[in-house]
Amino acid sequence: MRFKQLALGAGLMLFSTAAALAQSGDIEIKNAWARATPGGAQTAAAYVTIEAPSGDRLTGVSTPAAQKADIHSMTMDNGVMKMRQLDGLDLPAGKEVTLKPGGYHIMLTGLAKPLEAGQSFPLTLNFAKAGAQQVTVSVQKVGAMGPGGGEAGNSMSMPGMTMPMHH
Amino acid sequence: MARSTKPKGAPPFVLIATAFAGVLVLVAGALIGLAFRDSAKGVAGNPLAISVGGKFDLVDQNGKPFTDADLQGKWQLVFFGYTHCPDVCPTALNDLSLALDQLGADKSKVGIVFISVDPDRDTPAVLKSYVESFGGPIEALTGSPAAVAQAAKDYRVFYAKHPRADGGYDMDHSALIYVMDPKGRFTATFTPDDDADAITKRLKKLVG
Repeated sequence: MRFKQLALGAGLMLFSTAAALAQSGDIEIKNAWARATPGGAQTAAAYVTIEAPSGDRLTGVSTPAAQKADIHSMTMDNGVMKMRQLDGLDLPAGKEVTLKPGGYHIMLTGLAKPLEAGQSFPLTLNFAKAGAQQVTVSVQKVGAMGPGGGEAGNSMSMPGMTMPMHH
Repeated sequence: MARSTKPKGAPPFVLIATAFAGVLVLVAGALIGLAFRDSAKGVAGNPLAISVGGKFDLVDQNGKPFTDADLQGKWQLVFFGYTHCPDVCPTALNDLSLALDQLGADKSKVGIVFISVDPDRDTPAVLKSYVESFGGPIEALTGSPAAVAQAAKDYRVFYAKHPRADGGYDMDHSALIYVMDPKGRFTATFTPDDDADAITKRLKKLVG
């Protein structure tokens, strides 16, 4: 009985390792960042850039930093800001999808503790094909507009940054 | 083909009348455009003709009463939002705070007013610690649901609870920033797409 459990455990571990290895080349995740939370705020937004060379779908998110993590869209509809929870986010093959302020974000609800600039926390992204992938989210200043920590107002001119540009 | 084809079945006077009506519409449009040309821009510092703003009776982050009369004497940047908003509201409050810093000596002429559309969760105490994180001179206002509704109506702000699957809710809300002059008159708007530099540039023209 004991041996069976061990064998099963080891088998599962091997299987998941093999699966992770097979998947690691299938998806690229970078620039995982979040903003420090203003005092007392119980929600935060995290952002990430994902590229799935052969296409995939982000189906869910989780983190020990918050009770809940959801994929959200943010749209402006006739001057009205609307956030909506999404079941998932399609990642077209070979196209970089950037979650960023003013667009898609990962909504963190029920923060375990406030997010402070300079800290980091793990975030697990679940993909339909690539499975669970963990990234480290670095926390930037309250007003950061990108993973480099650039503040709104001067970050627009920072080179190499993916920014929301609706102008 | 079309040129050589004579319209059939339409007597000439109908055509003339139609053309005349068309010209009338164009002239009327041009006149209306001219009439609103200056006021609609709002960048020259002239109050806009549209009615935005009005009487309200709220409390600030220290629990003190704050009414529309308290807006007077300074330029005010009025923005409606809520503290559970993770994206647009912090961006806007940060942009406004940065813009004011960039005004230099004129900074003291401008205030920021953040009115919560989520009075159930945004108590004065919640608002106090929230707005302190932004560094700008922010008055954060809340009140009874009726008092907040009145303020939102004054500013033509739409807001509504949108339930989440987990039992919580988000707020849909208008995200324009209203610029009120020191006499409390509506003068211009900023949108969430305006970054701090763009806001600074326009504010300099207004308050300088």
